[in-house]
Amino acid sequence: MSLWEYANPVKFLRLSERVLPVLWVLAISSVVVGLVWGFFFTPDDARQGSTVKIIYIHVPAALMAINAWFMMLVASLIWLVRRHHVSALAAKAAAPVGVVMTLIALITGAIWGQPMWGTWWAWDPRLTSFLILFLFYLGYIALWEAIDDSDTAADLTSVLCLVGSVFAVLSRYAVNFWNQGLHQGTSVPVATGQRSVADVFFVPLVIAMVGFGLLFLALILYRTGTEIGLRRTKALLAREGRT
Amino acid sequence: MKALLIRDIRLAVRAGGGFGLGLAFFLIVVVMVPFAVGANTELLSRIAPGVLWIGALLACLLSLDRLLALDFEDGTLDLLATAPLPLEAALSIKALAHWITTGLPLVFAAPVLGVLMNLPLQGYGWLVLSLLLGTPALSVIGTFGAALTVGIKRGGLLLSLLVLPLYVPTLIFGAEAARRGAAGVDANTPLLLMAGISAATVALMPFASAAVLRVNLR
Repeated sequence: MSLWEYANPVKFLRLSERVLPVLWVLAISSVVVGLVWGFFFTPDDARQGSTVKIIYIHVPAALMAINAWFMMLVASLIWLVRRHHVSALAAKAAAPVGVVMTLIALITGAIWGQPMWGTWWAWDPRLTSFLILFLFYLGYIALWEAIDDSDTAADLTSVLCLVGSVFAVLSRYAVNFWNQGLHQGTSVPVATGQRSVADVFFVPLVIAMVGFGLLFLALILYRTGTEIGLRRTKALLAREGRT
Repeated sequence: MKALLIRDIRLAVRAGGGFGLGLAFFLIVVVMVPFAVGANTELLSRIAPGVLWIGALLACLLSLDRLLALDFEDGTLDLLATAPLPLEAALSIKALAHWITTGLPLVFAAPVLGVLMNLPLQGYGWLVLSLLLGTPALSVIGTFGAALTVGIKRGGLLLSLLVLPLYVPTLIFGAEAARRGAAGVDANTPLLLMAGISAATVALMPFASAAVLRVNLR
């Protein structure tokens, strides 16, 4: 029994069919609990008023936007090294989810920034690197769409993902150097544990973060299953000579 | 390797190779800018380094889709892939030829266009130096993009979408060095960082380019 067993599409589908219902319930309920708790049962911030509540969408979405790319990186590596098709399809499935998360983070940030910073957009390092991440997602998806042969597409996008990761990290530090920031530092530093968010805000935030994580996982499993189905349909059609 | 280099340069320079088109494009972009932002000399001299960098970057981008496409169509790339010369080396040479025919002329043209943009006197050295050190990175990164999209019909737009985000770090440090140089501030740090990026991409990117080109030639 090893993890690699699930590289077999049949086993993968069987597992995801069993896991998905539970996962959907858990994901949706924790997102709903986190958001409802955050929106309606926490006090307003002393200085930011009720605008602070956007944090319950903004932070989890931003977290998932980065994690989705990281997951694509790992899946691409697995595809390049071990050639498991499920892995390549999972990377493909993750990209649209990641790009939506990036957009959500950018838009909620702009909505919050307008009253708080007095501007929708600033060329702040964090904002800029998210915009660059968004562009990387677009290029990655466009490359998938442009190539007909699925194995070639998987190979090319995997290498693009690896190279893109290096350049995304480079860009992150380059924009740090380029312009001073307006965005506050992280409110939940994992390493030091010295968080600047009070418990009343923190607990629903964590629930929302967990919820977004589970939602991401459920979406990936579901979308990967769809991709496998698509691939099978294509193979069947090809066998009947009706491509 | 030398033969390949000379062949590529000759093909680029001779009629139909598009040599000089990049330069003309660079000129046009820079000439268009004052029309768009107004002929205020103070403003122009402030944005000059950035405009010249953007112009150089776009001119470089424009010539990328013919870097490999023609050789792909007539089968030269298949021959190169089966030749005893490693594909990585062949692509490095192709990037070098691209740099000699596109990047290097841009470096020489930039000071002339700097006059048009009213670049402050102390900025010229930094501008030329930053372009000289930065354009090799543009060429090798561009070769990677060209290798990615070589099998796609009309992949020009996709190529831009893929390559431009990869140009971000080079552009940031290069334009920053030129800007600081023009403003008379110490520009060593961004210049050295950019030189580092150039050195790393020149050393490593050919491997990625060769990997994706092999996939495309499969």
